Amino acid sequence: MSYLVLSNGTVFEGERIGAPVDRIGELVFTTGMEGYLETLTDPSYYGQIVTQTFPLIGNYGVIEEDFEGESALFGYIVRELCDTPSNFRSAYPLNDYLVAKGIPGLCGVDTREIVRITREEGVMNAMICDEVPADLSAIRAYSVKDAVASVSGNEKYSCPADGAERCRVALIDYGAKHNIIRSLQKRGCSVTVWPATSPAEEILASAPDGVMLSNGPGDPKENTFCIEQLRKIIGRKPVFGICLGHQLAALALGGDTVKLKYGHRGGNQPVRDLAAGRTYITSQNHGYAVVADSLKGIGTEMFRNANDGSCEGMDYPSVHCFTVQFHPEAASGPRDTSVLFDRFVQKMEEMKHA
Amino acid sequence: MPKDQSIRKVLVIGSGPIVIGQAAEFDYAGAQACRVLKQEGINVVLVNSNPATIMTDQHLADEIYLEPLNAATVRRVIEKERPDGLIAGLGGQTGLTLAMQLSRDGTLDEFGVRLLGSPIDAIEKAEDREKFRETMLEIGQPCVPSGIAETLEEALAAANEIGYPVIVRPAYTLGGSGGGIAENEEEMRVLARGGLDASPITQILVEKCIAGWKEIEFETMRDAQGNVIAVCSMENVDPVGIHTGDSVVVAPALTLSDKEYQMLRTASLDIISAIGIVGGCNCQFALNPDSFEYAVIEVNPRVSRSSALASKATGYPIAKITTRLALGYRLDEIANDITGKTCACFEPTVDYVVVKFPKWPFDKFYGSSRRLGTQMKATGEVMSIGQRFEEALMKAVRGAEISLDTLNAPPLSGDDVRTRLTLQDDHRLFTVFEALKKGISVDEIFDLTKIDRFFLYRLKSMAEFEQRVASTGLQPGDYKRFKQLGYPDSAIRRISGAKELPPFALSYKMVDTCGAEFAAETPYFYSCTDKVCESRMLKRSGRPVVIVLGSGPIRIGQGIEFDYSSVHCVWTLRNIGYDVVIINNNPETVSTDYDTADRLYFEPLTPEDVWNIIQVEKPVGVVVAFGGQTAIKLTQFLSSVNIPILGTSAESIDIAEDRERFDALLEQFGIRRPRGMAVRTLDEALAAAEELGYPVLLRPSYVIGGQNMTISRSREKTEDYMNRILAGGIENPVLVDQYLPGIELEVDVISDGKDVLIPGIMEHIERAGVHSGDSIAVYPPFNLTEKFQDKVCDISTKLALALGTKGLVNIQYLIYDNELYVIEVNPRASRTIPYISKVTGVPMVDLASRVMLGEPLSGMGFGTGLYPAPPYCAIKVPVFSFEKLNDADSILGPEMKSTGEVLGIGITKAEALFKGLSAAGFSLPTARDRSTMGVLLSVEDEDFPDAITMAKRCYDLGIHVYATKDTARAISAVGIHVTPVADPKTSGEMISLMENGSINYLIYTGAVKDDTVGDYRVLHRKAMMLGIPCMTSLDTANALADILGSRFSLENTELVDINRMRR
Repeated sequence: MSYLVLSNGTVFEGERIGAPVDRIGELVFTTGMEGYLETLTDPSYYGQIVTQTFPLIGNYGVIEEDFEGESALFGYIVRELCDTPSNFRSAYPLNDYLVAKGIPGLCGVDTREIVRITREEGVMNAMICDEVPADLSAIRAYSVKDAVASVSGNEKYSCPADGAERCRVALIDYGAKHNIIRSLQKRGCSVTVWPATSPAEEILASAPDGVMLSNGPGDPKENTFCIEQLRKIIGRKPVFGICLGHQLAALALGGDTVKLKYGHRGGNQPVRDLAAGRTYITSQNHGYAVVADSLKGIGTEMFRNANDGSCEGMDYPSVHCFTVQFHPEAASGPRDTSVLFDRFVQKMEEMKHA
Repeated sequence: MPKDQSIRKVLVIGSGPIVIGQAAEFDYAGAQACRVLKQEGINVVLVNSNPATIMTDQHLADEIYLEPLNAATVRRVIEKERPDGLIAGLGGQTGLTLAMQLSRDGTLDEFGVRLLGSPIDAIEKAEDREKFRETMLEIGQPCVPSGIAETLEEALAAANEIGYPVIVRPAYTLGGSGGGIAENEEEMRVLARGGLDASPITQILVEKCIAGWKEIEFETMRDAQGNVIAVCSMENVDPVGIHTGDSVVVAPALTLSDKEYQMLRTASLDIISAIGIVGGCNCQFALNPDSFEYAVIEVNPRVSRSSALASKATGYPIAKITTRLALGYRLDEIANDITGKTCACFEPTVDYVVVKFPKWPFDKFYGSSRRLGTQMKATGEVMSIGQRFEEALMKAVRGAEISLDTLNAPPLSGDDVRTRLTLQDDHRLFTVFEALKKGISVDEIFDLTKIDRFFLYRLKSMAEFEQRVASTGLQPGDYKRFKQLGYPDSAIRRISGAKELPPFALSYKMVDTCGAEFAAETPYFYSCTDKVCESRMLKRSGRPVVIVLGSGPIRIGQGIEFDYSSVHCVWTLRNIGYDVVIINNNPETVSTDYDTADRLYFEPLTPEDVWNIIQVEKPVGVVVAFGGQTAIKLTQFLSSVNIPILGTSAESIDIAEDRERFDALLEQFGIRRPRGMAVRTLDEALAAAEELGYPVLLRPSYVIGGQNMTISRSREKTEDYMNRILAGGIENPVLVDQYLPGIELEVDVISDGKDVLIPGIMEHIERAGVHSGDSIAVYPPFNLTEKFQDKVCDISTKLALALGTKGLVNIQYLIYDNELYVIEVNPRASRTIPYISKVTGVPMVDLASRVMLGEPLSGMGFGTGLYPAPPYCAIKVPVFSFEKLNDADSILGPEMKSTGEVLGIGITKAEALFKGLSAAGFSLPTARDRSTMGVLLSVEDEDFPDAITMAKRCYDLGIHVYATKDTARAISAVGIHVTPVADPKTSGEMISLMENGSINYLIYTGAVKDDTVGDYRVLHRKAMMLGIPCMTSLDTANALADILGSRFSLENTELVDINRMRR
C-alpha cells in the first residue's frame, strides 16, 4: 500500500504505478475522459501531480505519435490503470511509459474525493510516498519554480510548412505542445521554434511574419525575462498567444494575472466569444488567469469563460496581437476553435502585404 | 437570443403506444417538455394515444387529447386549438413523421403553426436518404457506400465499384431474407440472383460490408445560433451488425484514443451544423477498428432512446434543453440545473462507466429466433453505473431480471461453444464468458465476434478470477476485489464456497455532469466501493424517509404503467411531507429523472442492492406496490429483515399469491374460482381433465413467463401436450384448470382496510383465455347486469377487506353460465391504473399512497363503493410489435404478447372502439369503401357458429366474405354468399388475394392447432407486410364489425380533452 498525502493532512491509499520513487508536487485534476497521452506529455504540467477524474486510464495503451512533448509532470493519480490495452495503434501498456519516464503514480485511488477536496479547499501540494511522513512541512513548502526554464528547449530549430510556404512564424517555446507547431505547418507556415531564453532582438532579426507565444507551465509572473522580451516584440509583428503566452502578453502590456482556486483542466470548458455571441467548447489546462479589468484601455476581452466568467482571451488590435487562455490546438480535447490559427495566418498575410 | 415571446400555445405530439423501438423514453422526454413549457408560462396542448403515460397526466398539459396519432386527427386538434407552434422532436419517429406530414400537406401553414425546434428542411435532410447523402457529400462526411441494382449486371457493377465484401439486401423483404454477405464476384453472382428473386420488386441494395466495425454514437445538441455540443459518446460492445437497441452499450466510449474520439465528435458536430438541427440529435458512426476510416450510419434529428440513455448516463437533461432551444433560447443562456452554477453549453464529463443492457422478450415468444441483427427486438433496457466496466456490467446483468447474477449462464443449445460464439444472439455475452472460461483465447474470440479486445480482456480477467477463487476459496483481498468488480454476496458465496463473508459497507457517489469539478445540487447516486460516501455526507431534511421501489426494465407484461404509478406515489409522498427515495435502473423513465424524488439511486432492484441503500437511508418504510412484479418480489426479503412495507402487508401479499391459502380464503366467502389440480403424469392429467371437463387450461407451474400455456379441448390434445412436456422432464407439476370461456371483468380497488372504493369496472371484449393485457377492455362495462355489477362490488369489497388491503388491489373475474368466478387477485398497482385514473378522474395512486400512510379513504372526497361512471366510454386496445419479431407466434392466448396500448374515448362504445382501433393502427374504411372490401375467415370447427354470425354481419355490411374450405362450407350451409379459398398449404391463392387488395382483414383461429401454425405464420407475415390486420379471436373481429357498421370516421369523432371531460 502506498499513499498520496495532501498538504492538509488528508491521506489517500493506493497502489503504486510507474516509477517507485517518492515525489512532491502541486496536486491538480483534469476532467478529460480520453487523451491521457496528450496530458502526460503536455509540458504545462511541470511540477504537478495530475489526477485523472475519468476512472479507466490506459485503455488504448501508448501511441507515441500522439505525444505532445516531453513529460514534465511529477506524478500521476488514477483510479484504474489498464494493463491490457487495445487499439490498432497501441504499442505498449501505459505503465511501461510511466516507468521509463520516471513518473511515480498511484492507482486504486478515490480520485473523485481528491477533486472534491481540491474544489472545496483550492489547489494544494501533495506527496506520493510509501510511508506517510510525520511532518508535512516539506509538502507545504513546495512551490512550482523555474517551470518554463525546465521545459523550454535549449536550441532553436525549424519545422517546414506543409506544402507551399505562406508565412514564417517564430514560436517562442515556453513548453510548447507539438500540435501548435503542427497546426501552423498545416496552414502553410514554416515554424522556427525559439527557446524561451531567446532575446527579442534575435527573434525579430530573423524577420518572421508573426510570433506565436506557446503554452507553458508555472506562475506567469515568474517569467520576467520573457515578459521583457514580449514588450519589445508586441507591436512589431502580429502576435498570437496561447495559455501561458496569453498571460505573458497581458503582463507585458501592463495587465495582471491571478491564481485560480483550482484551475481549469479538461476538454469541456465553455468559452463565449463576446463579439460574435457564440460559445465554444474548449480544451484547457491552466491554474492562472488574466484579470481582464487590469487591461482596460489596453485591450478588449475577446473570450470569457461561460461558467466562472474568467478571462479566456484578449484582443489588442492596435498592436496586432490576440491571445487566448484555452487551447485551440486541442490535443487533447475539442478542435472547435482551431479557426483561430487561420485568423493568425490571415493577420500575418495582411500585415505582409500592408 | 432569449425566449421567443410570440409563442404562447404549443402543441406537443407524443409517441403513442409502446412498441419495440419506441418505448417509455418518449414519455420521459415528452413529460420533460411539457414541464418546461408550463414553467415558461406556455399553454400546452398534448396529443398522445397512450394512456399509460405520465405526459398525459392532467397537470402536465392544459389540453390533453388521448386521440389516435394520425395526420387527420392531429389536423383537427390544430384546427380546434390553434397553437402557435408544434414541437415534434420529442415524440419519437411517430411525432416526427406526423410533423413532416402536416408540414407537407400544408396544415401547418394553413393554421399558422410554426414548427419549433429543427426546421422541416433539417428534418428532411436527416430523414430522406438521398438528401442525407447529398448533405454528407457536401461536407465531406463518408456514408456507407452503396448502390441499388435491379439486374445481376448492375449488382456486379455496384459491388465492383464499392469493393468486396458487400452486403446484399433485397428490397421489401422482411427480416432481410434473401440477403447476405458476398466476399467476391463468384459469391456475388449467387447472392445477387437470389436476392433479386426474393425481392417482390426485383431490387437489391448492395452495400459495403462494415460488419465488425466499432459502432460509436454521439448525442449532440445545437441551438439556432449555431452553438454545438456533444453531450455524450457511446460505444456498442457488439460491433456493427446488431441494432444499437439490441447491443450492450457503454458510455462514454472506452476504446477510442483522443484522435479517434475527436475525429468522430467533430464529424457529428459538423453534421448537425450542416443539417441545421435545433435541439438534440443522435449521430451513429461505424469505425474501422484497424484505421481511422469511418462511415456515418445514421442521424436521428430528434430525441431518441439513445438520448434518454445519454441523459441518464451524464445527468444532462437533453429533452428539457431541447424544449428550451425550441423556444428560442441559446445553449449558453440555459443553466445547468445539476450544478446550478454552470451553463448548459458545456460537455458533461463523467467519472464512472455506464453500461446499458437490453431486455428481450424471448421468454414470451418461446421458439422465436433469438438471433439479433439490424431489426431491434428488445422491449426495454437497464442502465447501470459503476467505477469499473466490470462493476457496471455486473449491475446491469443482475438488474435485467434474467435470473442471472453473474455472467455464468447455461448455454441456449448443445452446440459447440465456438459455433455459438458466431451466433449473434441475446446470449452472446454469456457465451463469450463461457468460452473464456474454457480457455479459448481473446484473439480467437475477437476473430469470431469482433468484440473489441478491451472488453474481452476485462471479461477474461473476471473469468480467471472466478476460476482461481473457485479452486482456492477466498484469499485475503479477494472479497474486496469481488465487490469492486460488482459481484453480489450471493454469487461470491456460490463461487467461493464461503459461508461467512466479511462486513462491507458500500458507498454512494453522485452523478453530477462534471466529475465533481463543481458542487452539485442534484442527489442522484450510484454505489461504489470507496470509503467516502457522498450520500451519507448529504444533509438530510429531517423528514421521515420512504423508499419507493421502481419497476425495472420495460418488458411485455410490465410496462410503462408501473413507472406511471411509481412516479405518482413519489409525488404524493413528497406532497405529504416525506423525504422520498426512489430506486430504479431503467434509463427510459420519468422515475429515474433526478428531480422526481428527493433522492435517486440508479441501482438494480435485487435484495442486496436494496438492502445496501436501506443501510444509508434508514427509511420508515418501503413501498413495493407500484413497481410491478419487480418490486413485489422483494416483499418476502424486506419482511424477513424487518423492514416495514407500507401498504398491504407481506402476509396479505402471500395469501393472494399462494394457491392454497387463496383457495381457503375464497372458500370462506363462498366465492367460486375455476377448479384446477396439479398433475405429474399423463394418466393423472387425463383423469384431471376428464373430471374437470373439457376444455381445460394446461400449463407447467413455476415456469418463468408462463411459457407453454395452452387450452386443450380434447383427450388427444392433452396427450400431445403432456407427452411434449414430459419428454423435456419436469421438476414441478403441470396445472390443469377448468377453462371457462366466459366474459372477463377486471376491477382496481382502493381500500384502507375499513372502506373500499371501486373507481371502475372494465369488461373485456375477448372471452377468457386471452390474457387480460392482450384484451380490448371497455369501461364502463357494456354488458353487465345490475345483479352482476352488485356482485362484483360485493366480492371485491369482501376480498379487499379480507386481504387487509392498504392501497390497491386488482381483481379479475369471469362470468360463465350465469355464474361469477374470481380468476386472480393482485394486491398491487395493475396495468390499468393510469387508464382508469384518467377516464374516471379518480387519482388512484394518490389515494392509495395516502391510504398506505394511514389516511382514511372516506375523507378523501371520492366516496366509497362504486364510483359513478362519466358519460363516456373509454376503450383500451392492445398494440403488438409482431412486425419486429416476425417469426413470433402472434396467436392470442393465456400468455401476454402485447407491448403497449392505446385508448379510445367516445360518447358511445362504437365511437370509443373506432378511435381505439384506429389509434392501434387498424385502417378503418368509411361506409363508401365497404363494397370493395373483403374479409377472410379461417376458423376451427368449434368456432363455426361464431364464424357464421361474423360472416352474416359482413355480408349485411356489403363486405365480401372469403373463407377456407371447411369454414366456407359451414358458412354457405346457412345461405350466406362466400368465396371459398384454397388451403394456403396447397395454393398461393390466399396470398394473391391479400396482395391484390381483395382481403382487408384476416380472421384466423385454426392456428391453435399445431399442424396449422406454420400456415398461419406465413399468412401473418404476409399480412404484416401488407398492413392487413390479423385477428385470432372472433370476439375482436366482432368488435371490428361493430365499427365497420358504424357512422364514424377520422373526421367526425368528438375530440375529447380529458382535462375537460363532462362528469
